[in-house]
Amino acid sequence: MTERLAHLKIQRGGFGEAPAYDDFEVPYRDGMSVLDALIWIRTNKDSSLAIRYSCTNANTCKECMVRVDEKTVYACTKRLGTTPVTVGPLTNKRLLRDLVTDIVPPREKLSLLLGEPSSEE
Amino acid sequence: MTVDVTTDVLVIGSGAAGMYAAVSAARNGADTVLVDKSLIGRGGATIMAQMTVAAAVGEQEPDHWSHHLQDTLESGRGLCNEELAAILCEEAPLRIRELDEWKIGWAREEGHMKQVMAPGHGRERCVYVDFLNTGPAVARTLRTQIGRAGNLRRASELTITSIVVNGGQVAGAVGLNMETGTAVTIQAKAVVLAAGGLTRLYQRNSASVNMGGDAYALALRAGAELIDMEFVQFFPIGHLAPRLVGMDPIMWDPFRYKLGGRLLNSEGDEFVQNYGHAETSNKYTAPRDVASFAILQEVAAGRGSPAGGAYLSFEHIPEADLRAAFGPVIDRLAANDIDLTKHGIEVSPIAHYHMGGVRVDGQMETRVPGLFAAGEAVGGANGANRLSGNALSEAFVFGERAGRFAAEAIGDRVDSWSNEAARSAVDEIMAGRHVAKRQSGPGLASMLVTLQKIMWQDVGLLRTANGLANARTLVQDIRWDIGDYPGASDHRFALSMQEWFDLRNSLLAAEAIIASAQTRTESRGAHQRGDFPSTDVNQTHNLISRLDGEGLSVMVAPLISKPFDLIPLEAAE
Repeated sequence: MTERLAHLKIQRGGFGEAPAYDDFEVPYRDGMSVLDALIWIRTNKDSSLAIRYSCTNANTCKECMVRVDEKTVYACTKRLGTTPVTVGPLTNKRLLRDLVTDIVPPREKLSLLLGEPSSEE
Repeated sequence: MTVDVTTDVLVIGSGAAGMYAAVSAARNGADTVLVDKSLIGRGGATIMAQMTVAAAVGEQEPDHWSHHLQDTLESGRGLCNEELAAILCEEAPLRIRELDEWKIGWAREEGHMKQVMAPGHGRERCVYVDFLNTGPAVARTLRTQIGRAGNLRRASELTITSIVVNGGQVAGAVGLNMETGTAVTIQAKAVVLAAGGLTRLYQRNSASVNMGGDAYALALRAGAELIDMEFVQFFPIGHLAPRLVGMDPIMWDPFRYKLGGRLLNSEGDEFVQNYGHAETSNKYTAPRDVASFAILQEVAAGRGSPAGGAYLSFEHIPEADLRAAFGPVIDRLAANDIDLTKHGIEVSPIAHYHMGGVRVDGQMETRVPGLFAAGEAVGGANGANRLSGNALSEAFVFGERAGRFAAEAIGDRVDSWSNEAARSAVDEIMAGRHVAKRQSGPGLASMLVTLQKIMWQDVGLLRTANGLANARTLVQDIRWDIGDYPGASDHRFALSMQEWFDLRNSLLAAEAIIASAQTRTESRGAHQRGDFPSTDVNQTHNLISRLDGEGLSVMVAPLISKPFDLIPLEAAE
């Protein structure tokens, strides 16, 4: 039996860079999500791929938003098929790298904390 | 080196315990900073918790915290720190009512909080937020309180890599700025470790990505002690198959509370009763350690489900009853092609909670002055097996206390920051900070998977001397392989750097579990030894772990007992 494969074209690169795309083939399993495939790629092919997620598949952290074929989805609940998909970062947020964008609420930004006087002296 | 941030109290981790600690420290007058490696209030175990919270509020039926304590101690198989357990049970109702005032939305009926039964409890004691929404409601409520606090700053995407200790007391912490891959120095008079548990060390788990044992490793390296690290709780009926997305893998428990649910082997027979616990179809009373062990044994005997677990069947429940109890959840299941009226689903024990953890006193302080812990990071309150519903209770209670006592402690403490004390922690971050060419290859992400397999295989539900020794060698080998600081990696959103620090923590936490599991030559609660299948009364003690130089040591400590009076409930009626 030939192995079924999912095909993902993934946008790479940082802010201000021309987007590059890498193609990956991932062993397909029934019911698998886009996040399952991204985690498989990081574990088995390329750990330098930047992605963001926390709760893994409960869809409670809401951190894993990406664009799949130009539509904004949660990677953890978007199912993959065996037809190729293109995965990219959110386009309405500042790109950090690869699929990760700056979705931190304004009052929770580390830069805000660091911008305050660092010492009372 | 300049200090980037100065505060009175630094809280690490923003699940329920960390958020409660931050709110508590701030309202007790301390300038407070709350940081998380992920987003504030989105990571950790809390948001995953769809379940219930145990507290003797006595609204459903008469109850008293002493009865909650009695159930907690019984679940703990004789090893609970009775002082911490009593604090947990006595103060849980205060926190439940405070969250109620903060409009968390506890489920109600006939004007009172609805409380349900859960395994191991003698009363209907567990409050919740419908439908399967307890954890997210907790996170939302505490996030609102954090937003309202005056002297509380917070920052996401800061991974604390070391606690800075100077002159024997806490001076602050050093962390990795995820966006830039640079070191951040934080001067603080007190630090609260609320960075959660370690269930991500196991192949099958209910963890979020942040549950890799950070709190334990940070505590050990700061000079604090850990207690009872051998006791990892496996949740017996974690979801195994078919692939389920958008749901917490431990979601089946409330289904069983409300509706019953039959646990079956591949031959269609119920089996938990064959492992020393009388359980019938309509009740759900087997303690977690018993049910987990029973499933494991059925799989080993060749009577497991195709994916390697057991079947959980609701086929005997009418569809209308399922719909009435779980409303929209039934639709979410349908989207996963799961129809409970037609098929059972496959379940398996999954790593769910850690009973062991940072050793603290009743004020949540470690032996390092100024270093506190809260939530799942704390060890001892739940002994060898945690009573269901106690995890969020302890997050609230220990969080509130840690924040309060940390705020009190800073009054008589001067800043003890020194650049020298922080130097090595800063250097190991800056050493790995390069814009490297894009690297392919599995790298650290695959090493974590290797670790998870080792832990599942040899340090999981059933342990032996040989398996533990093998695991310890493999864990030490990986530790050697990863070197002394992160390798060259892209520092813009420094995920690979973070993974190095995460893995270093995970390996130390793993070794602490293994070392304690090797020392405890008996079976008790969540720690089951194939080569020592009985409980040994002579090992009714705690095991304490320390990091001395480069080596872990484990020593025996006597139990902390605290007699209490069981208040008759007839009087309350």
